[in-house]
Amino acid sequence: MKGSDVTVSNVSKSFGGFTALKDVSLEIKKGEFYSLLGPSGCGKTTLLRAIAGFEDPDSGTILIDGSDVSGLSPDKRHCNTVFQSYALFPHLTVFENVAFPLRIKKTPTRLIKELVMKHLSLVQLEGHAEKKPSQLSGGQKQRVAIARALINEPSVLLLDEPLSALDAKLRQHMLMELDSIHDKVGITFIYVTHDQQEALSVSDRIAVMNAGLVLQVGSPQQIYENPATEFVARFIGETNIFRGKVLSRKGTLNVIEVESFGQLLVDDETPVEVGDTIVVTIRPEKIRISNDEPSGDELNAVRGVVEEPVYSGFQTKYIVRVEGGGRLTTFRQHANWSEGIPDIEWKDEVFLSFSARDLVIVEKSPG
Amino acid sequence: MKRNLGPAYVAPQALWLTIFFAAPLLIIVAYSFLRKGLYGGVETSFSIQAWADIANPTLLKVTLKTLWVSLAATIIIILLALPCGYSIARSKNQALRLFLVIVPFWTNFLVRIYAWISILGNEGFVNQALRFLGLKAEGFQFLYNQGAVVFVLVYMYLPYAILPLFSTIDKFDFTLLEAARDLGSTRMQSYTKVMLPNIKGGVITAVLFTFIPIFGAYAVPLLIGGKDSYMLGNVIADQLTKTRNWPLASAISMSMTLLTAIAVFLFAFKKPKEQQAVKDIDPLSLPNGKTIGFFHRGPGQGKKKTSGKGVA
Repeated sequence: MKGSDVTVSNVSKSFGGFTALKDVSLEIKKGEFYSLLGPSGCGKTTLLRAIAGFEDPDSGTILIDGSDVSGLSPDKRHCNTVFQSYALFPHLTVFENVAFPLRIKKTPTRLIKELVMKHLSLVQLEGHAEKKPSQLSGGQKQRVAIARALINEPSVLLLDEPLSALDAKLRQHMLMELDSIHDKVGITFIYVTHDQQEALSVSDRIAVMNAGLVLQVGSPQQIYENPATEFVARFIGETNIFRGKVLSRKGTLNVIEVESFGQLLVDDETPVEVGDTIVVTIRPEKIRISNDEPSGDELNAVRGVVEEPVYSGFQTKYIVRVEGGGRLTTFRQHANWSEGIPDIEWKDEVFLSFSARDLVIVEKSPG
Repeated sequence: MKRNLGPAYVAPQALWLTIFFAAPLLIIVAYSFLRKGLYGGVETSFSIQAWADIANPTLLKVTLKTLWVSLAATIIIILLALPCGYSIARSKNQALRLFLVIVPFWTNFLVRIYAWISILGNEGFVNQALRFLGLKAEGFQFLYNQGAVVFVLVYMYLPYAILPLFSTIDKFDFTLLEAARDLGSTRMQSYTKVMLPNIKGGVITAVLFTFIPIFGAYAVPLLIGGKDSYMLGNVIADQLTKTRNWPLASAISMSMTLLTAIAVFLFAFKKPKEQQAVKDIDPLSLPNGKTIGFFHRGPGQGKKKTSGKGVA
């Protein structure tokens, strides 16, 4: 595996009174596609800039391949950055933009030509070498920025919200392209984004950040299915949150009392005591909605009225007001097999059912 | 009915320029081809005597000196104005700093020259202070030499360079400097290879705003300079008021105007053509293996560009 491993240990950084990073530690493996995910102002960009060498941490160390890089200026580090605004040099052609790092290194011109054309073909821009950045579309500029960042053969590529300036369709496409470039060059990618969909679809691992802290590190599945905190659960995808008191516990099966929902069964390994206040979450797609009283092994079932159906083509999202007064969100896919099932409409009375195993405890505090 | 009033809108400016710019210029051209009057003025008979008189070695020497002084002052001004404009553009209280740059304009040009005389003169502030400290009883001769002229010219015209440079640097995307650093350039390289080419327009404006007025300087060399720091402006004034050779004064004025115009064209309008030439060459359209020529030229163009910046 090419690329470098990056170890961030106990890095803190503040600007004036604002703390951007609080004692952040991460271990990024060689060749990983690693995402830093969080809302704006969470510190993810500061962390990326610290790895690139644009910010000096107040404390803590950053190791690239085991050697401390603190004090090294950006030009001395084996990582290159793809900037959010692309930062292409407007006075240079596409060719010269990509050739820039090689010209600085005084690479022989013949080799420059070969390397630049190789990298332009990697991002499918062979035909645009002599254009100026102002003549390119947003997606093309993005590709030039990637080619330029890769030409020095860095061992780590840092991407700072590289797709945020593109429209939704193009973003999807570029994301897949980034993924395939990652597969081809095999180096470590550190990808900063606030878009959870982007992070989930391409990352090997994700670090979810908020307010300068790393809340959870894990694979996309772990982050989505087993959020470590309420913030992570809310930030990644849509979710339903219950806050309740543990009434009884048998093995891993808890009975909890939730205000405006009643009693719910929660099957989770997290050890809790009777009397604890816990926060549990369930993803909307794990809640089944039907007109008929559910039967089978679903353990939780509540009755409610459809308050708001939101149709979005491939699925409909239902916001249901349950008998106790609480609200739940659920999705129903429009697959062929559901054709026989009568449509659920606004103000219909429905049943919601979900398994105790799909409820995840994300927070607990002793009652 | 809608009438095309275009010409009517232009008329006031056209009239103004004709009366106060074109007509005087034509009068000067005309005077340069007339015979010198006995006590100044001209006689109405055609003569190319004035243009013949121009080709004299003393005048050539003054011209070269004027060019040299203007060039030196302009280069110093740009070198000072670049970091100054940069720091104003990056500072948090731009308004205050710009205000400080503009403040001197509130005082009359001549008054500011006399201020320098009272600061640097033989009995001036600096020498008195030195004497008071017992450092040098006889004092320094700061004024009445070439250096003093360049110094005061730099002071006078510095704001004219700072303002256009500030406004271009303010629009410059500073992420580009970070990108350059990220891609392996040193701090200095990021300024020379990325920032300078992108603020070229501002540099050209600053050079024009300073070089042209300095080239025609009259008051500063007269008041600050000595016998050896006469510039073309002083020669023209002398021809007009002392020697009273109006045709020669007109001829020198016209040649100065021409010289400046040529210099401006060479400096300000040469660059875009070069860029055009780069654009026209497409290495991809050339047949296989024939691309070497282009890549030999490639770095050469780069060098030409940077050397152009050096002059700026």
